[in-house]
Amino acid sequence: MKAIFTKTAGLSDRPFHYCPGCTHGIIHRLIGELLEEMNLIEHTIGVAPVGCSGFCENYFTCDMIGAAHGRAVAVATGAKRARPDRFIFTYQGDGDGASIGLAETMSAAARGEKITSIFVNNCIYGMTGGQMAPTSLVGQKTSTSPYGRDAATMGYPLDLPKVLTQIEGAVYVASVSVDSPQAIKDAKKVLRKAFQVQLDGLGYSFVSILSTCPTNWGVNPVEALEWLQTKMKPHFALGELKVPATEGGSEA
Amino acid sequence: MALLMKGNEAIAEAAIQAGCRLFYGYPITPSTEIPEYMAKKMKAVGGTYLQAESEIAAIYMVYGAGAVGERVMTGTSSPGFSLMQEGLSFLFAAEIPCVIVDVMRGGPGLGGLGPTQADYFQLTKGGGHGDYHAIVLAPFSVQEMVDLTKEAFDLADYYRNLVIIAADGILGQMMEPVEFPPVAGRKLEPKTWAASGAEGRPKNNVLSYYLTPELGEAENLRWGEKMSRIKETEQRFVEYEMEDADYAFVAFGTSSRITETAVDMLREEGIKVGLYRPVTLWPFPEKGLTARLNQIKGWMSIELSAGQMVDDVKLVVNGKAPVGFYGRQGGMTPEPEEVAAAFKAQLLGGE
Ligand SMILES: Cc1ncc(C[n+]2csc(CCOP(=O)(O)OP(=O)(O)O)c2C)c(N)n1
Ligand code: SF4
Repeated sequence: MKAIFTKTAGLSDRPFHYCPGCTHGIIHRLIGELLEEMNLIEHTIGVAPVGCSGFCENYFTCDMIGAAHGRAVAVATGAKRARPDRFIFTYQGDGDGASIGLAETMSAAARGEKITSIFVNNCIYGMTGGQMAPTSLVGQKTSTSPYGRDAATMGYPLDLPKVLTQIEGAVYVASVSVDSPQAIKDAKKVLRKAFQVQLDGLGYSFVSILSTCPTNWGVNPVEALEWLQTKMKPHFALGELKVPATEGGSEA
Repeated sequence: MALLMKGNEAIAEAAIQAGCRLFYGYPITPSTEIPEYMAKKMKAVGGTYLQAESEIAAIYMVYGAGAVGERVMTGTSSPGFSLMQEGLSFLFAAEIPCVIVDVMRGGPGLGGLGPTQADYFQLTKGGGHGDYHAIVLAPFSVQEMVDLTKEAFDLADYYRNLVIIAADGILGQMMEPVEFPPVAGRKLEPKTWAASGAEGRPKNNVLSYYLTPELGEAENLRWGEKMSRIKETEQRFVEYEMEDADYAFVAFGTSSRITETAVDMLREEGIKVGLYRPVTLWPFPEKGLTARLNQIKGWMSIELSAGQMVDDVKLVVNGKAPVGFYGRQGGMTPEPEEVAAAFKAQLLGGE
């Protein structure tokens, strides 16, 4: 019998620890498939963050390093400079990459580090139980913004990929979601390009992926997809926001 | 052939000779000659110097390079060293070998640029969180900066532990003749644990967490055993005029140089005093000190701080003799006469 769908060699057999309806797992699957398809598993060093995805080294079948909260990009930089022949990616939440690790993200982009960051934006701190994130929407209720994020005192959500387009060393910047079969296909295409940009030695590549957190948003998995589509999407620039000059762009 | 070199440059050159090909750092006086030397020299040997955006980033770049199994170093001074503390705790837990230089300067706060030894607690007691120790080496001359730096990389690889070179503003800046003799080095195992790409082998993870308290305790006990092994085998010290001494100073680094002169002065007056100089600050060399306990009638710690190492001296002396202390702070250094006078006042009853 011909198998039409199999598990990818890029992922292990360990069952995910993610909550039902959480899209971290879909994103893992896409990365695992690409590592396999691009023949990268044995040549990759992944860097895990601190956050809900902080145990992702159990799932990816490549070598992995566990970073401190916010420092994945610095760890990846150190590893890449030590082993320029390796494919190096970071997998980070929005708190990890856009709050505590913002300086590391921006500086690696400015230096044009030849690494790839996968930035999973769920507008909340999932791991620690639903506190306000740098990406939380104005009005969004979280455990540390119980009356809703008040723009006057708590500011506005940071659209990090949009900011990164302004940095010369960030050569590929995209923002996608995984809320429908089509969106998942598109996300994979974008991730493949981001990986290729690193393999071609062009500079920093960054893919933001809008992701669900039903548990801390306080909704069920179906409602979570709706929440992402109706509440999140209008607030974040989507699509390929910056492509390498060789593709006819370099502008945002 | 001897070369005339600044302490900071000598450390950098010794690191390169020890096979270090990666340096990540952020400039800070009085350690800046280390990154500057690396920026100049790494290129020629096919290595990498990278200026990090902060000491936080620098220490995690070190973490990344160490995790893939390469020899790596950073160098900084006290405020930068403070910023690295979380990283040191992570480096320990993930058992990533690396070498860190702290060229101490005045504190607390932004402090001043003068030399101090006031990072002693942070260096030896673990400035970051959790039960951990770095191996801490304290050179007292430019030559020793060379010798200990070369050894530091071996120690780091051998024990899979971070090693810190503790210098100060004077040692970093002063010039002395140095030689770079070839060293045999330790026999080291290949780094089969490193996350360097799983080519032809099962994958590796380099991590610093555990999921259950049971595992957490087991890991801590295992690290504790490693710490005990290091304590047992790596204590180092140098004695000066200790053979017939009735009294002894304890001092390291710059303060030990000043104290040596004070010992000579006191000996000229007929007072039999010696100097016990720790070379490893952690593990504190308690064995050599213990061996002198029945001989020495009074001890005195001389430091460029308000008195930090003196606590360790007291722990070892354990009430068997008086333990005095004299120090200068904020970038000031004592004159040998001051040291001798403080010794007389505290241990000879003001003679
Ligand atoms: C230095 C430090 N500060 C705070 C924490 C606690 N902490 C762990 S994960 C996290 C936020 C995680 O949110 P995010 O990065 O958005 O990832 P998610 O869990 O939502 O996937 C925080 C604050 C920590 N581990 N270390
Ligand atoms: S808490 Fe949120 S982000 Fe974390 S696994 Fe659960 S749903 Fe996913």
